[in-house]
Amino acid sequence: MYDIIVIGAGVVGASIARELARYKLNIAVLEAGSDAAAGSSGANSGIVHAGYDCKPGTLMARLNVQGNAMYDRICKELDVPFRRNGSLVLAFNDEDVFQLERLMVQGVKNGVADLRLLPANEVLEMEPSINPGVVAALWAPTGGITSPYELTIAMAENAADNGVEFYFEHRVESIERKENDKFRIITSRRDFVASCVINAAGVNGDVISKMAGDDSFIIHPRKGEYCLYDRKWGNMVSRTVFQPPSNMGKGVLVTPTVDGNLLIGPNAVDTEKRDDDCTSAEGLAFIYSKALESVPSLPGDGVITVFAGLRAIADEGDFIVRPSGVSEKIIHAAGICSPGLTAAPAIAREVNAILTGICGPLELKKDFNPIRKGIKRFRDMDWEERMQIVKEDPKYGRIVCRCETVTEGEIVQALRTKLPVNTTDAIKRRTRAGMGRCQGGFCTPRIMEIIERELGIPMEYITKKGGSSRIVLGRIKDFLEEGGEL
Amino acid sequence: MQLICILCPRGCHIQIHPGKNGEWEVEGHGCKRGRDYAIQEAACPLRVFTTSLWVDGGAHRLVSARTDRSIPKDKIIESLKLTKGLTVKAPIDIGDVLIKNIAGTGANLVATRKVDRI
Amino acid sequence: MSVKTEVAIIGGGPAGLAAALSCYRHGIRNIMILERDEHLGGILQQCIHNGFGLHWFGEELTGPEYAQRFIDEIRKTGISCLLNTMVIEIKEDKTIYAVNSRNGLMEIKANAVILAMGCRERTRGALRIPGGRPAGVYTAGMAQRLINIEGYMPGREVVILGSGDIGLIMARRLTWEGARVKMVCEIMPYSTGLIRNVRQCLDDYGIPLKYNHTVIRIHGKERLQGVTVARVDDKRNPIKGTEEYVSCDTLLLSVGLIPENELSEGAGVKLDPITGGPIVDEFRQTSVPGIFSCGNVLHVHDLVDYVSKEAEITGEGAYRYINGRSPSDSDYLQVIPGKGIRYVVPQRIYGDSDVEFYFRSNGIYKDGTVELTDGEKVLASKRLMRMVPGQMERLILKRELLTGVSKTKKLQLRWRNRNEEDDAECS
Repeated sequence: MYDIIVIGAGVVGASIARELARYKLNIAVLEAGSDAAAGSSGANSGIVHAGYDCKPGTLMARLNVQGNAMYDRICKELDVPFRRNGSLVLAFNDEDVFQLERLMVQGVKNGVADLRLLPANEVLEMEPSINPGVVAALWAPTGGITSPYELTIAMAENAADNGVEFYFEHRVESIERKENDKFRIITSRRDFVASCVINAAGVNGDVISKMAGDDSFIIHPRKGEYCLYDRKWGNMVSRTVFQPPSNMGKGVLVTPTVDGNLLIGPNAVDTEKRDDDCTSAEGLAFIYSKALESVPSLPGDGVITVFAGLRAIADEGDFIVRPSGVSEKIIHAAGICSPGLTAAPAIAREVNAILTGICGPLELKKDFNPIRKGIKRFRDMDWEERMQIVKEDPKYGRIVCRCETVTEGEIVQALRTKLPVNTTDAIKRRTRAGMGRCQGGFCTPRIMEIIERELGIPMEYITKKGGSSRIVLGRIKDFLEEGGEL
Repeated sequence: MQLICILCPRGCHIQIHPGKNGEWEVEGHGCKRGRDYAIQEAACPLRVFTTSLWVDGGAHRLVSARTDRSIPKDKIIESLKLTKGLTVKAPIDIGDVLIKNIAGTGANLVATRKVDRI
Repeated sequence: MSVKTEVAIIGGGPAGLAAALSCYRHGIRNIMILERDEHLGGILQQCIHNGFGLHWFGEELTGPEYAQRFIDEIRKTGISCLLNTMVIEIKEDKTIYAVNSRNGLMEIKANAVILAMGCRERTRGALRIPGGRPAGVYTAGMAQRLINIEGYMPGREVVILGSGDIGLIMARRLTWEGARVKMVCEIMPYSTGLIRNVRQCLDDYGIPLKYNHTVIRIHGKERLQGVTVARVDDKRNPIKGTEEYVSCDTLLLSVGLIPENELSEGAGVKLDPITGGPIVDEFRQTSVPGIFSCGNVLHVHDLVDYVSKEAEITGEGAYRYINGRSPSDSDYLQVIPGKGIRYVVPQRIYGDSDVEFYFRSNGIYKDGTVELTDGEKVLASKRLMRMVPGQMERLILKRELLTGVSKTKKLQLRWRNRNEEDDAECS
């Protein structure tokens, strides 16, 4: 029996869970995937938007700007990389310049600080790799970059450290109203009972809403594809470079990542399937050709991986953060498309306010600890720190992922947090092992050995990302028919 | 039948047919070794096969192994089936016989890796 | 911990082992091998198939046996081998930073360094194959490790993309383990692996090798469900209408090897964009004096025997360097690939020794001659019945023939068809 059940452990659900963990509440988070950030939160641009491109007066605009301002503190508390590298929106002709002026006005209305229109020479001075055909750019110094999955995981870990229970691979299948005004939530594994349900189910937000009898909105998934480049190309630009916006989104961007790679994407393709994270040849060719318009020297090779994620676009055209019409004990945080990552901390505040409005003031926990320490990265340590840590724990002297210089010590740490982590993808998101140029070719078998040893899961049952995603399907000789006598 | 000689990088395309009196008619070979190879391939192709076996109490999970001579190609799968369910005890040295006269071929399956005992 | 050594060898695979022994034979006694794995022998330990050693030992060995012969030799010399040790950085002054669990961090100051780190496999990401991101898509080498070292089967129904040698070997190994290999797709019109491997690994088991075919889509969300393969045109673009869905639970990629030179670049070593390895001279000395390179980190070999042979040269190189050999950039003759040749190693020569050039062609050529010229005369040549990209070729240049060749000249290695020769004779 829980006071609150949050459905979805994406950045929105995790942020809400952490926000509500401050109070004396019994909270569980139910997640269909095998980890936090298993859906859209693990496959987006990682941009902390300044807030100039939302329509003034919308919830999006308000929560974007509020959320942006909260990032420095949250990322510090949660030990997550965040850099205000600033955003540039390029203009290549008069029509584009007109768009920039519109964005600037919009930004000012939204309360975005320090926006400036830069002439071409200043743009090229800032970013020499940019297409010299640029005529002007909008400069938003409050724009930033973070690691969306690290932030989500950090929020979830911090919530878990403060008593929130996380249930991965628990797909919600139906929601029943009980007579005592409680909800029974039936999942693929077991049932849960809660007084209050928070719907943070991302692209499935409307599906969850319908389960509770509320069909007031529809989510249309919109796919975005990306190419991630090797670190070698991480310095091609140091700001996030946008193209003039279209009605399908903010256009293809070129940005450094907090891990030192270069990211290009996304396109915007409407799709019916809510689990469609497939890339396409056309999509990848499109984003590359668009990215070339911003940065003409972008290499054709050097890509280490391609991926796609879905944005949850609500038919209302704005974020949906409100109690359901069928019961005020169901609170939606739905339709959270871009700038959802940026807005997530502010959405959590908003949900908190709604809940307080319904339930009255919540009682604070005395021992809430907002601080979460991330896994100490051997790669980022200096010589002295490295000496010290190997002395303390020899596992830090064994490098498992050679591309990203990840040690066994880091992998063991990733397995020992309060979140139920047991997949190679989960380890990858936490440590970067397998994220480098060889994409796990070297370290995957070694990581599997560590999972087997630490968690006692036999190699044959270790998965990439839960479900049927087993990495090996048997032991040698298993597939051979039985032989005769020796 | 047609085959490409694999004895040297020249890669001769050899044609071989059964001729009169049980002799083989060989064409396209570049040397005598190629001719012999073709006849062997046509009559009874021979191969060395390699595999691995599970090890009990060793420093490695597996020991790699090979036949100590070529065996008829069509005996390979039969031989491999015989390795199912088999475990060898460490220590093992290179050349140790793991299975004698495998599948009646006259070849022994021998270890190709040293596995210390732990 | 800070130590000094005469020669530090990065990598204890076939190249590193042969380089260490060669240093020892040249009288160097303070030699250190730094190996990241828990055993010496490198990738050979997972190459349990036979076919190694025909040139070097005159007999056919498996990978572990080939490695063990070198390891046994190393053990006799007292060369120090640091296992489970990862080199993090190499500086231009030949200071090496490494780490392991036992010694913690180490600073190693070496007089000479031999780079022998090997290569890594090209991945799905580099090919940008679109589709889902399920489990079941692996490089052939990773599958080889899973099967031969860990003892686990990556899958039951397999499609292999790329006809590189590891892919071919794995097709057979999987078949022998009871898995079904449905096809090998090769985007080029020829195999990038050795002919004998196509014969013994595919033809023997009736596994189709589809030339001019590639995988254009990966299906599946959790575990791989299948792939779409298609024929490609002569620009290697998929042809519409030729798509075919092939159900499978495993896709192995054998689509190329990339010399692993991040450490080399950190030390300021200049790379050849074609080989992906350092630019070297005849002793395999890189652009940084005292840093040498051999084996697959220099250029990808197809036979380990030639890795051993190349590594031996660096031992002599290190010895000569320590004893004062120091050509300057202007002392070198450049060697460039000409018609039909994709690359040639070494890329420059000083002329103080006979040189064995290792090279590969850029396509299939039949019945002709490979010749090394200085623009006026042919310094060395060799008749070849066929030259294919999948097979590394060699050509020896006698040192005497370089007398009188001006250092300002460029040597060119090129292919000449047999009838071209006839034409030349006629005219």
